[in-house]
Amino acid sequence: MRRRDFLKQSVFASGMTLVPSFLKGMEFLSPEQLSGYKNVIIIQLSGGNDGLNTIIPISNDIYHRLRPSIAKKSDQTLAITNDLAFNLNLKPLKELYDKGEVSIINNVGYPNPNRSHFRSTDIWQTASNTNEYLSTGWVGRYLDANCQHPYQAIEVDTSLSLALKGNSINGIAVSDPRQLYRTTREPFFKDIVGHAHKEMLDEDNQGYLYKTMLETYSSASYIHETSKIYITDTEYPQTKFAKNLKTIADFIVSGLKTRVYYSSLGGFDSHVNQLNSQDRLLKVYSEAIGALVKDLKKNDRFKDTLILTFSEFGRRVKQNGSRGTDHGAANNVIAIGGSLKRAGVYNELPNLSNLDENGDLRFTVDFRSIYATILGNWLQVKDHTILNQNFKKLEFI
Amino acid sequence: MSTQLSEKEIQHLYWRAGFGILPQELKIVRRLSKNEIIERIFDQSSSTAPLSMNFGILVKNKKDLSQEERRKLRKLRNSKMTELNTLWVQRLIDTNEVLREKITLFFHDHFAVRLKTPRACIQLNNVIREHALGNFGTMLMAVSKSPAMLIFLNNRQNREDHPNENFAREVMELFTLGRDNGYTEHDIKEAARAFTGWNFNRDGDFVFRKVHHDYGTKTILGTTGNYNGEDVIKILLENKQTAKYICAKLYAYFVNDIPNHRHIDELATSFYESNYDLTTVLKTLFKSTWFYDLKNIGVKIKSPIELLVGLSRPLKVGYKDPKVLLYLQRKLNQMLFFPPNVAGWPGGKAWIDNSTLMLRLKLASLILNSGVIEWQDKGDMPEGVLMIRQEMYSKMKSKLQKKVQATPSWTEFLNQLEKKDKNALVQFIIQPSLSRAAQKTVSELHHTDTKNFIIELMSLPEYQLC
Repeated sequence: MRRRDFLKQSVFASGMTLVPSFLKGMEFLSPEQLSGYKNVIIIQLSGGNDGLNTIIPISNDIYHRLRPSIAKKSDQTLAITNDLAFNLNLKPLKELYDKGEVSIINNVGYPNPNRSHFRSTDIWQTASNTNEYLSTGWVGRYLDANCQHPYQAIEVDTSLSLALKGNSINGIAVSDPRQLYRTTREPFFKDIVGHAHKEMLDEDNQGYLYKTMLETYSSASYIHETSKIYITDTEYPQTKFAKNLKTIADFIVSGLKTRVYYSSLGGFDSHVNQLNSQDRLLKVYSEAIGALVKDLKKNDRFKDTLILTFSEFGRRVKQNGSRGTDHGAANNVIAIGGSLKRAGVYNELPNLSNLDENGDLRFTVDFRSIYATILGNWLQVKDHTILNQNFKKLEFI
Repeated sequence: MSTQLSEKEIQHLYWRAGFGILPQELKIVRRLSKNEIIERIFDQSSSTAPLSMNFGILVKNKKDLSQEERRKLRKLRNSKMTELNTLWVQRLIDTNEVLREKITLFFHDHFAVRLKTPRACIQLNNVIREHALGNFGTMLMAVSKSPAMLIFLNNRQNREDHPNENFAREVMELFTLGRDNGYTEHDIKEAARAFTGWNFNRDGDFVFRKVHHDYGTKTILGTTGNYNGEDVIKILLENKQTAKYICAKLYAYFVNDIPNHRHIDELATSFYESNYDLTTVLKTLFKSTWFYDLKNIGVKIKSPIELLVGLSRPLKVGYKDPKVLLYLQRKLNQMLFFPPNVAGWPGGKAWIDNSTLMLRLKLASLILNSGVIEWQDKGDMPEGVLMIRQEMYSKMKSKLQKKVQATPSWTEFLNQLEKKDKNALVQFIIQPSLSRAAQKTVSELHHTDTKNFIIELMSLPEYQLC
C-alpha cells in the first residue's frame, strides 16, 4: 500500500488513532499527504440571488415577457447553449465551464418553500423540513458523527453560522487566524487554560464553557501554526469576499485537516433597480472564485476541492413595479470542481410555464439531495445519519 | 414567614429577576426577610414606563409625502429600528422597573417578531411591557391583535376565500400549547378560518373586516361553533396545556435549563388557577424553596443581553456611540428586535461558540477598561519585557477607547463596595462556585488594585453564568 493511499484510508476512517506514531506529532498534512484529502467549500449568496438573471434562459419568451425592463438581451450575456447563458459578469465562471469544471443544477428547492430570508436560510443550513425547527446544522451534525476537532469545519467569517453548529462539536469561525490566535494568547486567558484540564470538565454549562474555551485555544493554535506554512502569492481582487476565499486557499494548501469551509457573500436582497447591484455582486463573486481556482490549481489542490454555491431562495419570475424582483422559491445551484463526474447543465431548465401559485419556480431537486451527494459521494460518510432521511443522490461527483 | 436569605441567595434572586444586584441595594435588603425582598422587587416594578420615540415623517400618511420624503422612508425606517434597539438596551441598563423589563425580555423572545417597521415594533414592545406583570391571556389577545403580529404572521392576508394559516399555526405551536401538544393540522386550518378578517387601520388600531371573515362553523380542539379569533384564544387558554407550556418556558428562563416536572407542574397549577396571572405565578416561583436549591444557583448561561446589561448596570456605563451596542449584540448573536426567526433565540448553550465565547470573555475589559486585562507582574518578567508590554497595552487602550466610547463610573462603584478582600469580591461578582482552574488562577492574582481584580473576575468563564 502506498503511503498516500494509506493516509487516505485512515483519514476516511476518521480517526487519528489509526495513524502510526510517526505521524502523531504532526497535526497537519505534509504536501505529499495532502493529495486525495477531499474538501468542500460552501458559499451562500445571502439575500436571495435572482438565479434567472445569473444563469439566463435566454431563448425563453416567457422570461422576456415577464421581465420587460430587467431581462438580459443575448448580447449582454455569455452563451452556454442555445437556450442558456451566463450573466456577462460571470466571465471567470464561463471559462471554468468551458473546461468542464462547472455543473449547473437547476430548480433546486424544497417542498412548501418559505420566502423569509432568515427562515429559508435556517432551512438550508439545518437541512430541515419547512415546518421543522432544528438547532443544529447539517455540517455540525457531520462533525458530530465523523470528526474529532472543531477545526474540521471552518467558517471564514466573524461569527459561526447555524450550519456549522453540532450537538457535541461546533465548527470554528475565523476571519483572521492571527487575530483569533492573539485573543487566545491574552496572558490572563492563557493562565486559565493552563490550569484547566479536559478530564475535569463536567457536562454542565460550566464544563461546556471550559470545553469550548480549550477547543478554541487548541484550534486557534493549530490553525495559526499550520496556515503559516503557505501564504499564497496568487493575486486576488481587493474585496472582502475575495480576501475570505484567499484565507480558505491558504488553509487548504497549507494542509489544514479541514473538510468543510463555509463563507458567504451578502447584499443580494434588493427589491428595486436590481440590475446594477446584482451585476456588481456577481462580478465580485466570479472574480474571487476565478482567483481561488487558479490558486488551487497552481498547488494541485483543485482536483480535491468542490465549491458549492447556493442562495436561500431565488426570485419571482415576473419583475415587480420597481425594476426588481420579489422573493421566490426554487433556484439554481452551482458546483465547481476539478473532479466533477458530470459537468455542464446537469438537469432540465426551469419551466416558466408551470409556476406555483405565487408565480415562482417549482423545485425538482431537493437541496438535501445535493448535501447527501456531497456527504456520501465526496466526503464518503453516511449521509443518512446526518440528514435523518434518505435523499436520492445526484451524479455530478 | 420570616425566612432569611443568604447573600448568595439574594444575589441569585436579583440575577434571575433582573440583571444582578448593586452593592447599595444589597446593603438595604440583607436586613429584610425573603418575602419582604420579593415584595420589594415587585413593588419596584409596579409602574410602567413605555418606550417612546419621535418617528418623524413615518407617522404621516404616505399620500401626503413628497417624492423626496418617500425616497427617504426606507432609510428612516432602518435608522429608527436601530434607535429603538439602543433605546431599549439603555433602558435595561438604567431602569428601576427591573423585573418588568426582565419579563418584557422574556416575552420579546416568546412573541418573537422580526420586522423593519419601527412603529409596529415599539407598539408591540409596549403592549408586552404593560401586561408583563398582569394577565397573560390579556397580553396574548393584545399581542395577537397588534399590527406587528398581524404583519409578521400574515393575518392580514388571511381571508375567507384564501386562508393563510401562518398565525393560527404559530399561536398554537409557539405561543400557547407548544409543538405537538394536542392539536392537529385540522385544528390549525379551522383556527385560521376563525382568525379571518383580523386587520388594522393606518393608525395601527385593530379592525375586524367583516367582509373577509369566514362565518361558517369550525371545529377546534374538539369543540364546534361559529367561532371567531377571540373564541380561539379563549379555547387555547382554557386548555391547561397552555399553562404548562408557558410555565416550562418560565422555568427555563428564571430557574434552570434542565426541567423539573414537579416544579413546573406546581407553577402551572398556580398559573392556571389564578386565570393566568403573571404576578401570581412569578411570586410562586421566587417564594418557593426549590428556586434557591444549590443546583439552580450559578448554572444558567447569561444571554448576551443579560451579560451586557449585567456588567453595564453596576457601573452605569453610558455608550456614546450607539453603533458599539449594535456591533456587540450582533457579534454576540442577540440583537434585540431581530430574533433569528419566529421561534425566538435558541438560548442556553447555543449562545456559545468559539468566537462568541472569546468576545464574551473579553467583554468586561472591552467595556470597562478599554479592552485590556491589565498585566499582573508575577516577578518572572525581565524589566525590559515588562516595559514593552505596558507600552503596548497603553497604546491598545487609547486605540480601543476611541472605538468603544463607553464610560463606566468606576469611582462611584468602588466607593459603594463594602468589602474589598479577595473572597468577598469573588462572592459578590461570581455566582457559581469556582472551577479548579479558576481557583488556581484567582489564587495567583493580586487584589490590591480592586478595579483590575474585578475586571479579571469578570473575564473568568464563571462570570458567563448566573
